[in-house]
Amino acid sequence: MDVFSLLMDGFATSLSPLNLMIVLLGVTAGLFIGAMPGLGSVNGVAIVLPLTFIVPPSSAIILLCAIYYGAMYGGAVSSILLGIPGASTAVATTFDGRPMAQQGKAGLALIAAAVASFVGGTISVILFTVFAAPLADLALKFGPAEEFALVLLAFTTFVGLGGDDVLKTIVMICLGLVLSTVGLDLISGQPRLIFGDLPGFYSGISFLVLAIGVYGIGEVLHTIETSKTAPQVTPARITFKELGAGFRAMNRLWRTMSVGSFLGFFVGMLPAAGATPASLMAYGIARSTSKKAESFGKGNIEGVAAPETANNAASTGSLLPMLTLGIPGSPTTALLLGGMVMWGLVPGPMLFIEQPDFVWGLISSLYTANFAAVLINLALIPLFVWALRMPFTVLCAIVLVLCIVGGFAPSQKMHDVWLIAGFGIAGYLLRKADYPLAPLVLALVLGPLMEKSFRQTLIAEQGNVLAFIERPLSGTFIALAVLFFLLPLAKYLRKSPKEGVAPAR
Amino acid sequence: MLTADRVIAASLMVFSAYLMWHATVLPIGWEGSSGPGGGAFPFWLSLVMLLASGGILVRSFVSGSESDKPFFDPEMIRSVVLVCVALIVTIGAMQYLGTYVALIGFLLWYLRIFGGHSWALTASITLITPVFLFFFFEVTLKILLPKGVTEPLFLPLYAMFF
Amino acid sequence: MTDSFTRRAALGLASAAAMTLALPAVASDWKPQKPVEMVIMAGQGGGADRLARLFQSIIQKENLSSMPILPVNKGGGSGAEALRYLKDKEGDAHTIMATLNSYYTTPLRTDIGVDIEEYTPIARMALDTFVLWVNADSDIQTLDDYVAAVKAAGGEWKMGGTGTGQEDSLVTAMLEKEFGIKHTYVPFKGGGTVAKNLVGGHIDSTVNNPSEQMGFWQAGKSRPIAAFTTDRIAVFPDVPTMTELGYPMTYTMQRSFVAPPGTPPEAVAYYTAMFEKLAESEEWQTYASEKALQTDLLTGDALQAYFLEERQRHNDILTSMGEIAGS
Repeated sequence: MDVFSLLMDGFATSLSPLNLMIVLLGVTAGLFIGAMPGLGSVNGVAIVLPLTFIVPPSSAIILLCAIYYGAMYGGAVSSILLGIPGASTAVATTFDGRPMAQQGKAGLALIAAAVASFVGGTISVILFTVFAAPLADLALKFGPAEEFALVLLAFTTFVGLGGDDVLKTIVMICLGLVLSTVGLDLISGQPRLIFGDLPGFYSGISFLVLAIGVYGIGEVLHTIETSKTAPQVTPARITFKELGAGFRAMNRLWRTMSVGSFLGFFVGMLPAAGATPASLMAYGIARSTSKKAESFGKGNIEGVAAPETANNAASTGSLLPMLTLGIPGSPTTALLLGGMVMWGLVPGPMLFIEQPDFVWGLISSLYTANFAAVLINLALIPLFVWALRMPFTVLCAIVLVLCIVGGFAPSQKMHDVWLIAGFGIAGYLLRKADYPLAPLVLALVLGPLMEKSFRQTLIAEQGNVLAFIERPLSGTFIALAVLFFLLPLAKYLRKSPKEGVAPAR
Repeated sequence: MLTADRVIAASLMVFSAYLMWHATVLPIGWEGSSGPGGGAFPFWLSLVMLLASGGILVRSFVSGSESDKPFFDPEMIRSVVLVCVALIVTIGAMQYLGTYVALIGFLLWYLRIFGGHSWALTASITLITPVFLFFFFEVTLKILLPKGVTEPLFLPLYAMFF
Repeated sequence: MTDSFTRRAALGLASAAAMTLALPAVASDWKPQKPVEMVIMAGQGGGADRLARLFQSIIQKENLSSMPILPVNKGGGSGAEALRYLKDKEGDAHTIMATLNSYYTTPLRTDIGVDIEEYTPIARMALDTFVLWVNADSDIQTLDDYVAAVKAAGGEWKMGGTGTGQEDSLVTAMLEKEFGIKHTYVPFKGGGTVAKNLVGGHIDSTVNNPSEQMGFWQAGKSRPIAAFTTDRIAVFPDVPTMTELGYPMTYTMQRSFVAPPGTPPEAVAYYTAMFEKLAESEEWQTYASEKALQTDLLTGDALQAYFLEERQRHNDILTSMGEIAGS
């Protein structure tokens, strides 16, 4: 087969001693950068970008991909251990990863995340290898209307009715959406909600700032208050027996992981969407199709596996529009794209034809990087778990320091550090009053995408609202979104007369 | 608990009203053939937020005595407030005295005075953390942390590591 | 010629200033003492960001600066954030800013309390060109076809571009004024997204920079109609310019570097020399010709004069668009 022989040529490049060393180095560096709250793949890639002039382009892109993968794995580490998502793609991992860590099952959660990432990464690289070229056309079919419908779908798969206090959930969703509109309005080009005319608000409120605030500082404050009653030193240990148990547990999750991989790859491939909606949708679907739906959010291993497979699959998927269309789906892929342009490669439809060596070298290095990442990650789990065994007054102090510095690093503005402190204290109070924080964070992540694509569609369609339903792709997504929104309600209605009998799937 | 619930709901109402007022700077209506104006999303969403938090407030009066468990744990709230104050002082100091001075001060206070740890542990963490931050953020990731008035002290270090 | 003249003028000016200040060091001896912050007036991944990071890479590779150049994105509010930040850095010798046309348009459109005349000009590295594009599947081959088609659509012709008030919308306004036509302008986040939406058929035309559309053009998926330049662009020898078609509309995107107000002259001389060396580097020359960039270097007073002239021009365009009241 043609693809196969091209891939083998690619492996010949990516498995050379120099490139193998680069992969190991890149993955390890990426892991640590990703594990730091506030820092993600974008920081890692940005730093090494200038260095890549020194090595040949094929090695350079391997280094960048290794860092990219390493950071994606590392993002789960901070979500699980500290409950602070290092990037928006890792938000869904905190929902069950954090409770698992609190129950002393941090090791298991980390194994689940590593294995799930590996499965997601591998399946999507295979999909990428086989389908890269034909799928590029599908991505082109996505206009603003489809983007809006997809984001709406991501939102409803996650939120839905039921669960928390409905009124409080609505307040949090609205608050998140309103905060997401701070900054410059793209459509009219006018600034809005610039509180106190502070220049820091011109760039809007970053997701990271809110997440580090409510999940980092807010969580520490909460822990301090409850520390009197509950000993906070989690008895986390990791043994070979646990490792075996972890693999066995993952073996039962094949269905969840394959759904997550396919979903992640396809959603990640769409230029505007990327890994965040993918991981949320995977989590939402895993929860609504699970027999033990009520254990989600309380430390269900499936709730770690689903988003982690999806976000890794999506990071591979998002390379597709970048390579074939020259459209980056995320800041990280934008930087990768920048790198390619610097080496004189023109991403776009002609790249696969004109630069097959480069493309297949890259694809083969994705396999290598993924393999290296899972090995190094598993090897480092004892170190991560050990960090959790520090006395909690030491751990809290270090987490606070990391929140401050990690909050400063991405934008390098003191403004953001102040906001983090503010969000931390507000988040702590809201959490105490039983306001759910996850919808707030999600609304802030998805809000800008939703508003922008909604208004772009209306402008292009001369104000015709029906455009969303008339277009086949977006109409399908909207219908699915409505279905997911009403699903919990249907479950609830069916359940109540039978007195708590678990509803059939 | 009930009072706190009401206070939070009421503050959210005030905040929503403030957001609504802020949003009216841009058009909030439906702009002919081009869909909603720039202020529409923040305005109407804030209105929904106002109504929902109003609903929470009303509900607290109607359904009444939910629980009389105190909102704050009276023993521990002192620690929480102390940490919040320390955090704010640290961030304030970062701008003027520099990140390293501020964070060393914070760690000293937190570990030794607040946490009551031994001098050995306090000293080792207080010294290792800034060194780690310098090498990880500044040298490796090339992200400069604020130095404030301590900037001149770092010039030789820059010359050495960059 | 102009280049060497301005360079000599700038250096002369700088050393004269240094001598009058009686500094111990000679102007050319000044070196950055700490890493230099390169503020980028746009977010990560956009055209401006990519170019700024390319400059950073070349500076590092060719060892043009004794201290690393660290890019920091401050793209908020179409660069308003970056402009305010630079103003607050007054007199700082370790900050430079990579600019684009929002350097004029942003302060013109909203009062953010900055006057670009105060900033210290360093070097204009490049001018990016604009081209009118349509989808390759459309029947439009010439500018006349285009104008006829837009007229026939009766205002429903979808022109995609970057945010309202930014370059693409200004070029669209110029088109509308020249031909008496009306577009429905759909703003997108960046040129790459615009290009994709054109090829996907979600919009009807764009005025993208060549670099943003290059990949699709090579694949035969989008068609250039006319360039907003006076001379034909080297990579598109068959594309007529607006000027030769009889409509003297030109518009370019400048890529320059400036420093905060009151930057010490010896630092200005250092950075100017650095960018002059950069402009001569082989990587930059190759990149610029591939991406159809015009590379007329401008420095010092000549650059400041250019900035002020362009500001006036943008003021006129924005006024005619009804975006601002005018002055």
